Amino acid sequence: MTPPEPRGPLSALLLRTLSGVPGELTAQDRAGLEAAAEAACAAADPVADEDLQLSLWVLYELHYRGFATVDDRWEWHPGLLAVRQQLEQAFETFLRERTREQVARASEAARSDLPGALFALAESDDGPSVSGYARSRMTREQWDELLLLRAVSQLKEADPHSFAVPRLQRAAKVHLVEILYDEYGAGRPERQHAVLYADAMRASGLDPADGGYVDRAPAVVLAASNVVSTFALHRRLRAAAAGHFAMVETTSSLPSKGYVGAAQRLGLPEQAWAYFDEHVEADAVHEQVAIRDLCGALVAREPAELESVVFGMAAGLYLEGRVGSHLLERWHRGESALRGPVAAGLQEPA
Amino acid sequence: MTRRPAGEVRRDVPGGPTLVRGAASYTDEQGVVHPVTRPVVAVCRCGASQRQPWCDGVHKLLGRRAT
Ligand code: FES
Ligand SMILES: [Fe+2]
Ligand SMILES: [Fe+2]
Repeated sequence: MTPPEPRGPLSALLLRTLSGVPGELTAQDRAGLEAAAEAACAAADPVADEDLQLSLWVLYELHYRGFATVDDRWEWHPGLLAVRQQLEQAFETFLRERTREQVARASEAARSDLPGALFALAESDDGPSVSGYARSRMTREQWDELLLLRAVSQLKEADPHSFAVPRLQRAAKVHLVEILYDEYGAGRPERQHAVLYADAMRASGLDPADGGYVDRAPAVVLAASNVVSTFALHRRLRAAAAGHFAMVETTSSLPSKGYVGAAQRLGLPEQAWAYFDEHVEADAVHEQVAIRDLCGALVAREPAELESVVFGMAAGLYLEGRVGSHLLERWHRGESALRGPVAAGLQEPA
Repeated sequence: MTRRPAGEVRRDVPGGPTLVRGAASYTDEQGVVHPVTRPVVAVCRCGASQRQPWCDGVHKLLGRRAT
């Protein structure tokens, strides 16, 4: 993957830093990065801040696939970890504020019935339904936009949540791995969900190998992807990672049907919708295992983590809601949901 | 009653499907054998799934209407 285009002062400085050699980062360079990060963290809405979310996405990507032109040693460079921590703190604080009341309410209910409260929390989400729109109205261009934007998460589907595996114990670990094994194709490499997603892109005429989709993804889409790394890379937030995973699983089966319907209505070949078709069935299983067995075992062993599980789900729902609103607002106006060409993007103030 | 291989574990979840772990195949009431390709499968108990014998999550909509 090639590094994305910068979207403001922090990402510009970060990407310039990454084009160099880790050993040559001076104390002055580090101070410059931290000052730029501090400025980005002052954003009133960090979820919509292009510069902040892109920088965070780039920093996380060093832990996944990396970039062809970036020295792999940057992954654990203390200077970059310090910047990452600044951004994560602003992001987490904002998410906690946004979900505080909902988390308090759902946690109360979860103390007597955890699965019931988690299912109810996900179902209470009255955000706009992208899949309902997809089934009845989505155009062919909007299908492509959906695939490009979801590529940010789906081409590394299950990878971020996998970082939670060593941070969980006993039954919770077992049930997370049980689902992950299925996400990774249950022993069949060609059935890995990320691979099925790449197949869907190709069958729709899109190139999954071209990382250019990141440049087209607005901050809210990056934020919805980033949050999983924020949770799963920190042992402190392991229960939030589990709650987020449960959110993903329990909001997928029914909507996936809508996307299958959309693709069929648009006359797309089977390979374009096989990914969604797989999720109708797989996630009807995964939601049960994630909510009852993974989250259930985690809270049974670590009761103090109950609120964190609920927070992970609520934060995920909040971010998916922001993505859904973005898509439908743009599409209802007859506009593209993608970020415009980079030159225009840079003119937007960060 | 279908014969179950050793190690297969079934569990009904409240208001939802039957979770089956460790199965190589699932034999439905008509005797049709469905191959199992996942570590866990969810067998529909509400009758409303369009993916029989598997659960497709539709039971959640039934529950919502009933209450
Ligand atoms: S039990 Fe889930 S659809 Fe019937
Ligand atoms: Fe999946
Ligand atoms: Fe899944």
